[in-house]
Amino acid sequence: MAVTTSEGTHTEGSNTDSGEGHPATSTGLSNEKVAMWAFLGSECLLFGALISTFLLFKGRPSVPGTPTPKELFDIPYTSVSSFVLLMSSLTMVLALAAIQRGDQRRLRIWLLTTALLGATFVGGQAYEFTVFTREGLNLRTNLFGSSFYVLTGFHGAHVTIGVLMLLSLFSLSVKGRLPTERAETVELVGLYWHFVDVVWIAIFTLVYLIP
Amino acid sequence: MTTQPAEAPEHGDAEQGHADHGHTEHEAGHHDHPSELEYIKVAAILAAITLAEVAVYYVKSLEGLLVPILLVFSTIKFAIVALWFMHLRFDSRLFRRLFVTGILLATFVYTIVLATFHRF
Repeated sequence: MAVTTSEGTHTEGSNTDSGEGHPATSTGLSNEKVAMWAFLGSECLLFGALISTFLLFKGRPSVPGTPTPKELFDIPYTSVSSFVLLMSSLTMVLALAAIQRGDQRRLRIWLLTTALLGATFVGGQAYEFTVFTREGLNLRTNLFGSSFYVLTGFHGAHVTIGVLMLLSLFSLSVKGRLPTERAETVELVGLYWHFVDVVWIAIFTLVYLIP
Repeated sequence: MTTQPAEAPEHGDAEQGHADHGHTEHEAGHHDHPSELEYIKVAAILAAITLAEVAVYYVKSLEGLLVPILLVFSTIKFAIVALWFMHLRFDSRLFRRLFVTGILLATFVYTIVLATFHRF
């Protein structure tokens, strides 16, 4: 079936190149990119549920003798972690800029840097969890513990998945299977990466900084 | 058979959105992103706001205003990353709508939940 768009008429299902690095679509936009944005929109609901659950239980009377957020949180340490994740968003956009101008060497450097920064963040979170557990806070200690570990754990799992995707992109680039024409693949992973960054921006403020 | 696509109005919006920047959608779809220098400047602003957030946390005289100040800082950082690093400022309006719909729906639903449990 022929479909008329502002960019002309094409046959549905054909792989006619739109000239923008993706096959021609009825919207003129990349279907993969639309799907990624729809996915990120739905992720807002997931993290919204986890954050509001944390806020719901925050400040509720704790089990006597169990640690409270004020006793546990190390703000300078978490601030550095936040800074690391924030800067990984910069290296991610630099990776995208590199592939868009066909600079494979810089693409690999920035992808690897982003993955390392992400891994540093996850490592920092694992250390924080270890310290909290030693201080007596685990998943079943009190409501704060349950909601805190579930929220930050889910976020950490997202970052870990992002690191794996970045390493996959790095591997594809090394094998020569990530040409400039596939820049959109890097852009899609980048969108996911920036999303976990913006979620952390909210978590850092709502969970750690607001008393 | 020739048909008009169901999403045609959105496409029109996209074109309108990019027209604001003096480009057609075709031009703006992927190639109208900021320069590397602009990305670095944006990151520097984000770092400065993060520093300010932590500084405000330790200022005793601002304790009463801590929550609104931190929420404003957080919102600004969120918007900067979404608009510049995620390119919502430059890409089709459809992407912006998808993301903002998710955020607004989450905010609306969970505000009601928290209000129901008297958390305000």
